[in-house]
Amino acid sequence: MLSVSDLTKVFGGFTAVSNIAFEVKEGEILGLIGPNGSGKSTTFNLISGALAPTRGSIRFGGEDIAGLPANRIAHRGIARTFQIPRPFRRLSILDNVALAAFYGHAEHPAREKAYAYAREVLKLVNLPSDPAARVDGLGAAGLKKLELARALATGPKLLLADESLGGLDESEMNQAADMLAAIRKERGITIIWVEHIMGVLMRVVDRCIVLDYGEVIAEGRPDEVAHDPKVIEVYLGTDAADVQKTVADRAT
Amino acid sequence: MKWAALVVLALAPLAGMGNYPLHLLIMCLLWGFVYTSWAIMGRLGMVSLGHGAFLGIGAYVVVLLWNHAGISPWLGTPIALVLTAVVAFVIGYPCFRFKIVGHYFALVTLALTEVARLVIVALRDQTGGSLGATPNTALADSAWSLGALQFSSKLIWFYIILVAWLAGLWIWGRVDRSMTRLALEAISQEEDAAASVGMNVTRLKLGVTLLSALMTCFGGVLYAQYQLYVNPETVSGIGISLQIVFGAIVGGMFVRLGPTVGAAITLLLAEVLRLAIGHDVHGLDTTIYGLMLVLFIIFMPKGILGAILEALEKRRAAKTAAATA
Ligand SMILES: Nc1ncnc2c1ncn2[C@@H]1O[C@H](COP(=O)(O)OP(=O)(O)O)[C@@H](O)[C@H]1O
Ligand SMILES: [Mg+2]
Repeated sequence: MLSVSDLTKVFGGFTAVSNIAFEVKEGEILGLIGPNGSGKSTTFNLISGALAPTRGSIRFGGEDIAGLPANRIAHRGIARTFQIPRPFRRLSILDNVALAAFYGHAEHPAREKAYAYAREVLKLVNLPSDPAARVDGLGAAGLKKLELARALATGPKLLLADESLGGLDESEMNQAADMLAAIRKERGITIIWVEHIMGVLMRVVDRCIVLDYGEVIAEGRPDEVAHDPKVIEVYLGTDAADVQKTVADRAT
Repeated sequence: MKWAALVVLALAPLAGMGNYPLHLLIMCLLWGFVYTSWAIMGRLGMVSLGHGAFLGIGAYVVVLLWNHAGISPWLGTPIALVLTAVVAFVIGYPCFRFKIVGHYFALVTLALTEVARLVIVALRDQTGGSLGATPNTALADSAWSLGALQFSSKLIWFYIILVAWLAGLWIWGRVDRSMTRLALEAISQEEDAAASVGMNVTRLKLGVTLLSALMTCFGGVLYAQYQLYVNPETVSGIGISLQIVFGAIVGGMFVRLGPTVGAAITLLLAEVLRLAIGHDVHGLDTTIYGLMLVLFIIFMPKGILGAILEALEKRRAAKTAAATA
């Protein structure tokens, strides 16, 4: 469904993403992990059109989308969340999501339809769809859900979820992971999920790609990746043991 | 209530209003229309200091075409509108495409309005330079000429401008209820997120900019034809652009009648200043505008009408809360 090759982004003299290549198959959840600053968000910015690649190709559904503007890529069926939530703060929660439902489709639906769809999506992520509910009242978990709801409202085929677990506590993390799993299962949406920690992500993803200094250093099933010496080195062995346990638990 | 107020306004001049009060009322509606036009985009985070340019194009193009080519304002107006659209596009497209927002957008548009003024002054052989220009009169042997859009009766002008002002308020309402307004608010808050959910940021911004610029240009046409005199200082340049922004913000750019209230206030202020200080202290009014603008932006960002309506809303909410308790 998505095929990235030779993708490179240079900021000034600094190469944030260097010749990366990977494929995403329809219906899978792909984990994209790597330490902070390894180029994960930049990769998302390139795929979603927020940044134009310095070089390389991004093919989605057989067509090259590299360098298209963000709004056109959204219409093609790729939605993204932002690592640091970027809600429309002075609009209601419902308006935030309804705008995505309206503008996210190249043929704008009728307004009532966009609002109805927004309510449905808000229900899915457990946020209030009452027009009086404001963004100000949301905590970290609520803002993450709003990011997700807004992305889903555009009706994507591929969802790019950037650090959906950042700032969440243990139980919220598990909830968020389950939510992504449910989105894939019930809506058939393909997902690329970025985290800088392996943790719960390894419980849910089908396959994993590991980035370090803008390069792909490992790729494979969660159990393979968790035992890869290069990956263990990058993570300084810190949570490798935990992750290996998570992966083992999953198998049973 | 709303309609009753409108009927009173529409009939007021018939009740033997003096010429001077009628003139003030007309100016109030005319500037109310122009400030409303500005606020349609200004309230959405696009603070343009360039509206003097659009006003100037409207005023001068129609007068110059009439004086030098005998082209009727009925044809001159569409020509001025097309020219305005071109200028708004040429300035707006690069700004929006390359994400020039906030102060930088204000500065770029400020340059535009000064360029417009300098062009008018520089083409003094055609425009009369800083002395201004008067449309050749078509009223030599009749009280009015529809073809030349000249009327000696203030009453006719009152009704023409009343209709324009009402149309401006109607357009405001249409924009206010549209998805486009919500989208532009979203864009003013988080432009990248807005683009990521499918909004064509450049097109949405250009759309509302064109609307605002075209309305302002039309205001310029009406101004020139009513006053039968145009001057680079009064229809273009920093002074008038600042006055538009000042009026809209002071009145309240987030409520429909705010810009009109702002127009009434600026007019009164200008009259008072004129009576108190006279014409001599050139530039003083601009200084005072600038100073008051800063004070308002800091202490009353919603403007006078905005603040009043908010206070009323609070009181009503408190009352209903007390009633239900
Ligand atoms: N717009 C930008 N301009 C310059 N450098 C950037 C920009 N965006 C990211 N970077 C740099 O690129 C590197 C990768 O960043 P990022 O993709 O955000 O990493 P990650 O999401 O994996 O933590 C970092 O060193 C970051 O400072
Ligand atoms: Mg990141």
